[in-house]
Amino acid sequence: MKRSRRARREELTGWLMASPWIIGFLFLTLGAMTFSLGMSFTDYDFFNKPSFVGLQHYKQMLFEDELVWHSIGITTLYALFSVPLTLVLGLLLAMILNQKLKGIALFRTVYYFPSVLPEIATIFLWILVFDPSFGLFNSVLKWFSITGPNWLGSMEWALPSFVIMSLWGVGGGMLIYLAGLQGIPTELYEAATVDGSNRFTTFMRITLPMLSPVIFFNLVMGIIGALQVFNQAYIMTNGGPARSTYFFMLHIFYTSFQEYRMAYASALSWLLFLYIGLLTFIVFRFGEKKVFYS
Amino acid sequence: MSAYAHRKTSSVRRSQKIMNSFLYVLLTAGGLVILVPFIWMLSTSLKIPSQVFAWPIEWIPKPVKFSNYVEALSMRPFILYYGNTFFITGLAVLGQVFSSSIVGYSLARLRWRGNNLVFALIMSTLMLPEIVRMIPTFVIFSKIGWVDTFLPLILPHFFAGAFNVFLFRQFFHSLPKDLDEAATVDGASLFGIYWRIILPLSKPVIGIVAINTFRYSWNDFLHPLIYLNDTKLWTITLGLRAFQQEFNIDWNLLMAASATSMLPILILFVIAQKYFIQGIVFTGVKG
Repeated sequence: MKRSRRARREELTGWLMASPWIIGFLFLTLGAMTFSLGMSFTDYDFFNKPSFVGLQHYKQMLFEDELVWHSIGITTLYALFSVPLTLVLGLLLAMILNQKLKGIALFRTVYYFPSVLPEIATIFLWILVFDPSFGLFNSVLKWFSITGPNWLGSMEWALPSFVIMSLWGVGGGMLIYLAGLQGIPTELYEAATVDGSNRFTTFMRITLPMLSPVIFFNLVMGIIGALQVFNQAYIMTNGGPARSTYFFMLHIFYTSFQEYRMAYASALSWLLFLYIGLLTFIVFRFGEKKVFYS
Repeated sequence: MSAYAHRKTSSVRRSQKIMNSFLYVLLTAGGLVILVPFIWMLSTSLKIPSQVFAWPIEWIPKPVKFSNYVEALSMRPFILYYGNTFFITGLAVLGQVFSSSIVGYSLARLRWRGNNLVFALIMSTLMLPEIVRMIPTFVIFSKIGWVDTFLPLILPHFFAGAFNVFLFRQFFHSLPKDLDEAATVDGASLFGIYWRIILPLSKPVIGIVAINTFRYSWNDFLHPLIYLNDTKLWTITLGLRAFQQEFNIDWNLLMAASATSMLPILILFVIAQKYFIQGIVFTGVKG
């Protein structure tokens, strides 16, 4: 009798203590998403009463609005370069910084230092770095008598500039891989040495499989992050020149918070959600067999 | 040990030494490349305008104009922006730490029906792009008159972020169960156990969640951008953006203002480096 009263109290307290998240979820996630989905079937524009328009926005989004595919293309292209590059570079750095060298802690700090800095301030720093006439890059290139490109102001170089900038934050990924490397039991390496494996085989047979869950998780998070790039694009180029850095998030932002076409923007945001889901699903399908869970 | 084996180890040692010096050179070169933009920013922030545009680059400001910082901060009401940002960030940190830890405690240490379902739901929201929720909540918050208030920037943090709940739950799981039982015998309530026993043991996770939330709020640009029109309510990030648009040729001053906005994060980094690192690592490894 006493026990069951305690169990009942625990049941009630459990719900009560979880309620901050549950309430937030009901209103700010589930409620908001339902509202967003419902809104996307109307012509709601924030100021006037909405009326039902069915699938019109989805039709417009997929077949009429050229900026949708353009911006998804730009965003995908960016992710295609930025995500694998940061992944490989981060892994490589982590392997080097995992060596037992004197002063290695200092080097680690130096390499992840940029990922600690606040993003908006670093964006201004990079605008100056990319400045065509007195920026860091072109000043250095001028030493070698090379006239550097117009970086953020050129259609060919604006998107690559974003990729270069994203590489500056490679230290964050490096830290994660480093922690993963240090979690691999040393006995495995000892066994490999006894078996006479060389460095490459050891890397392929031990390091990579043991690290694969971490790599996989980073890949997924990297894709999700890259598809939602906004701040850099909004502040550095505003999508230009000639929309060459017009990321998908910019398109959603302008549609919703500048033009107040809330209903259409909601439909666009669902497209982003589905696209992220689709890419994650593909990565999971192909990754599943390759990932080794000990 | 045979002579052969001995010779072999010493040659291995020599090649190791060469390898190590090679690594040092590589790491130093790479480290310089990483640090140069930041050093350049600091140097620019202390220069006079004519030196900013000089070629070849003059690394050492001559004269060193510390007054750039004073001038930059007075060109816009940055002191006010600092105050606003600290206010928002402080409450956001408070909200996340308390709400996420209490939810994490319930999930990790209390038995109730639906516990696993709620946890699964929490994990499923991790992949959700923020913009899907942002548009409808903006509409609602606008209609109830929350534009030009700090509420949309603060209040959501009191409803426990999914990832923070996850961190707290994992940590609370690792604490021994005897703690609760001993306290129950002593007549402590479940909330009392959370408040007086579990929370004081959780400084590492509190540190991580607090720092991650601090960084998030301090850096937040998109939310202030859509919710704060009144310049008196602006945050640092909005102030910097306006500064750049208004005085976009005063690079030395813009760099000074940017560097100042980095300062609180850098101070935090110096005093709590461990939590910074763990915060970054946890976001990856625990997948």
